[in-house]
Amino acid sequence: MALVLLWQLASSTGVLPPEKLASPLTVAQSAGELIADGQLLDAFTVSLGRVFFGFLIGAAVGGASGLVSGLSRWGETLLDPPVQMLRTLPHLGLIPLFILWFGIGEEPKLALVASGVAFPLYLNLHAGIRQTDPGLVEAARVLGYSRFERVVHVVLPSAVPQTLVGLRIALGTAWLSLIVGEQINADAGLGFLINNAREFLRTDVVVVGLVVYALLGLTTDALVRVLERRILRWRTR
Amino acid sequence: MANPVSVRGLHKAFGARTVLDGIDLEIAPGEFVALLGRSGCGKSTLLRILAGLDRDVEGAAEVQGTVSIAFQQPRLLPWRKVWRNIALGLHRPDGRSVALKALEEVRLAGHADAWPLTLSGGEAQRVSLARALVREPDLLLLDEPFGALDALTRLAMHHLVEDLWAEHRPAVLLVTHDVDEALLLADRVLVLDEGRIVAEHHVDLPRPRRRASVVEQRTRVLADLGVDVETAA
Ligand SMILES: Nc1ncnc2c1ncn2[C@@H]1O[C@H](COP(=O)(O)OP(=O)(O)OP(=O)(O)O)[C@@H](O)[C@H]1O
Ligand SMILES: [Mg+2]
Repeated sequence: MALVLLWQLASSTGVLPPEKLASPLTVAQSAGELIADGQLLDAFTVSLGRVFFGFLIGAAVGGASGLVSGLSRWGETLLDPPVQMLRTLPHLGLIPLFILWFGIGEEPKLALVASGVAFPLYLNLHAGIRQTDPGLVEAARVLGYSRFERVVHVVLPSAVPQTLVGLRIALGTAWLSLIVGEQINADAGLGFLINNAREFLRTDVVVVGLVVYALLGLTTDALVRVLERRILRWRTR
Repeated sequence: MANPVSVRGLHKAFGARTVLDGIDLEIAPGEFVALLGRSGCGKSTLLRILAGLDRDVEGAAEVQGTVSIAFQQPRLLPWRKVWRNIALGLHRPDGRSVALKALEEVRLAGHADAWPLTLSGGEAQRVSLARALVREPDLLLLDEPFGALDALTRLAMHHLVEDLWAEHRPAVLLVTHDVDEALLLADRVLVLDEGRIVAEHHVDLPRPRRRASVVEQRTRVLADLGVDVETAA
């Protein structure tokens, strides 16, 4: 709050010229305008859609491969070494490849988000499954539970906490990937709004876009936290 | 009725290391047997074989009827409330009422909806016992279930186990390090050493037994375990 006041003061006194950074009041004003003429909502919807579908694809890929390599020996032999190798590479470095493969439309943006999601989910799900206490699995075995039932009742539930950690990292990465991805020739979405504003030196609109990015990130993070608290109620100590 | 446990010429080796070297053991229905032996002599290994957790053996280890086991750690699923952990042993939809009854038997009626991580060690162990008993086993395997408990809780658990056994009458094989515990609870005490059963004591004392009444047999069992009481005391 104090920071915003200081910022407004700096802008009003001319220390901070509007072409470097618009004043909070201007920002709020243009936010109002962007909301009123629907531009912000459109951009927001497009960006949210990208994160959503990118996330779905990434979660499906990361989740499925995490399950396969966590639950089966051959799956681990097959999947884990290449994934462990690839994960040392920051996925944002894949942009040039994605552009070559998918062009400059929606696909590379989705692919970027998806790859940002798939890795943390895979790694944490796999680790979570492998960390299952063999003693619990044994106890279920003596109670007559089949292998499938043991996976459902013991292995997967015990992988949940670690998977939620992965989910939170994945969502953070998803927003990061979106922001970077939308710098590639975006023709719609928050990235487009920001890039466009930059061309016209509209720092107020740039700031509005950034604030929306930040709010979105915070919101999803808070959602996961709530989810965590609900699902992990048993970890009361 | 066939014996719940019928073991003949059982051998078990881990690689080159032989752990069980020709075990013969019959346990009659409803019989309470305690198994003593120094650490690493193969007691848990024998129990795991009887529980069907290890089938890579030589010789015959036949078990009749339903088997339950309570381990040294309670091994409860922490993400399931206490009553659901007990219902886990049932494979039945009407689990709650049965679980509540079992909880009452181990004197934990008020903890049905607690999370396992909030229980004390003794409480968790009692839940584990209830989970084992709720299946009405013909054979109850107990692998040092009181090992980690303090002396007072242990004493309470002895009474509890004795009562539950008198009530349900499963055959029991109790692994323990505690000679007194074995003599207070069991009809028969076995001593395992070097992969063989080297001694067998029948305990024909009325129940409930007192510590004073088992003193005499205690000395003999300790001798079988290689402890000279005169110098140890
Ligand atoms: N999975 C395994 N692989 C290799 N060796 C094993 C395995 N399980 C047990 N052993 C060995 O078998 C021997 C007997 O082990 P076991 O757990 O049956 O001993 P125990 O009598 O129960 O001892 P304690 O009283 O300390 O629990 C030990 O020497 C142990 O190292
Ligand atoms: Mg043991």
